[in-house]
Amino acid sequence: MFRNQYDTDVTTWSPAGRLHQVEYAMEAVKQGSAAIGLRSKTYVVLATVNKASSELSAHQKKLFKIDNHIGIAMAGLTADGRVLSRYMRSECINHHFVFESPLPVGRLVVQVADKAQVCTQRSWKRPYGVGLLVAGLDEAGPHLYYNCPSGNYAEYHAFAIGSRSQAAKTYLERKFETFMECTKEELIRHALFAVKESLQEEELSSGNCGVAVVGIDEPFIVLDPKTLQAYIEALDSGKDEMQTMEETGTDDRQSSQVPQEGTGSRGISVGASEDTPTDMET
Amino acid sequence: MSMVFAPCLTETTAPTTHAQPAWSPYDNNGGTCVAIAGEDYCVIAADTRMSTGFSILIRNYSKIHQITEKSVLASSGFQADIRALQKNLDARHQIYQHQHNKQMSCPAMAQLLSNTLYYKRFFPYYAFNVLGGLDNEGRGCVYSYDAVGSYERSGYSSQGTGMQLIMPVLDNQLKSASPLVLPLQKSTTPLSEFEAVDLVKDTFASAAERDIYTGDAVEIVIINREGVRRELMDLKRD
Repeated sequence: MFRNQYDTDVTTWSPAGRLHQVEYAMEAVKQGSAAIGLRSKTYVVLATVNKASSELSAHQKKLFKIDNHIGIAMAGLTADGRVLSRYMRSECINHHFVFESPLPVGRLVVQVADKAQVCTQRSWKRPYGVGLLVAGLDEAGPHLYYNCPSGNYAEYHAFAIGSRSQAAKTYLERKFETFMECTKEELIRHALFAVKESLQEEELSSGNCGVAVVGIDEPFIVLDPKTLQAYIEALDSGKDEMQTMEETGTDDRQSSQVPQEGTGSRGISVGASEDTPTDMET
Repeated sequence: MSMVFAPCLTETTAPTTHAQPAWSPYDNNGGTCVAIAGEDYCVIAADTRMSTGFSILIRNYSKIHQITEKSVLASSGFQADIRALQKNLDARHQIYQHQHNKQMSCPAMAQLLSNTLYYKRFFPYYAFNVLGGLDNEGRGCVYSYDAVGSYERSGYSSQGTGMQLIMPVLDNQLKSASPLVLPLQKSTTPLSEFEAVDLVKDTFASAAERDIYTGDAVEIVIINREGVRRELMDLKRD
């Protein structure tokens, strides 16, 4: 993207009908470290690449719990993301106070989108520089949404944002049709594989990635490093490791629907169709 | 010179009578709450009768609300205000959990409750609260409040319409833990959990005899290291 004379204010249109400041904000999202989301009929999994700015520092928090049934992963200016998550938490709490029921994800997503749109139409503001993958449950089931700095939002079966997200998206595009029937463990495996694609050369470990899960009857939880490490180790060794992990009880969060003789994700997806290219572009 | 600021000692002002209001924003739904703190447990109990005037509205209404993993709030008074107070505390606790990544401790919740009540100093929650739970060391703690947030930690407490009948019995049976004994002893009773629950059942059965607003059933919540347990005992329904 190159500089041009119509990009000083967010309130200035370019002759081509574009708001460059908004597009630059979306660039900020593309520069941030990757975040991935995918969903099945009963679970939504979020995964992030956690990059520490230096060896001495801890990495940025990119997974936030919003309510028991909603959580987000962000890419871009995480400070903006933190502010948005505070707003989202507040909305959920207020809704729950008034209606004594959880705020449906779809409504929250629209509220966030409207809030983002305001910043694209005020000369004294700037757009939020963060993209949010919102994972949540409502009466209709699990949902995954993407909130863009432009104020747009869309629902996805699976999506990836941030730097090197195209690699993850390619993986997801190949496998997404199998996601609906996946168990929680299989979904997490897929998420970790997608993160692996984004990491490319770097080795996957609980130090450089994060995973969060929300499901029907399971509140939103960010997996702790120990559990995460167990899943990562299970990736390479395939299904045998998964069974050993359950027997030794290293993971408290294993659901009872783990198939003992279930095929690994690779088994299911062989022969998955690649006909229609899905509309997953921003 | 001017005697404007000097108090006039001889003159007396006639007391002004406040006109009887046509409507009150408050109602008393009656009931009694009790809590006893032990070495490693806390017992919180409340009857389940909700009344208005001389009538019974509900025979099985719970006055007990678990706010955090380790704190349980029992309140008697105006149940509408109490419900609003419970929701308020729940929302504040959610915010705390988001910010601190952990649950509030019972002493912290005790302070929050006090502040929340005082916040409405000039239109109070008509709620007489007893907060029970485990403190950070796992010892039982009981906090009792007035309507505007004045509170004190003690070994046991009771509030509500049956308070006057129950409190002297507790003072007598839990001597060492009494806040009236000086020098102040340890604030938990040496009674075992079983004995404390038994005592609570006895006190409620007695209160139900003479207090018309207490009866139907008593809900007893016990918090200890293992978690939270509930018991329900029937009381006289008259």
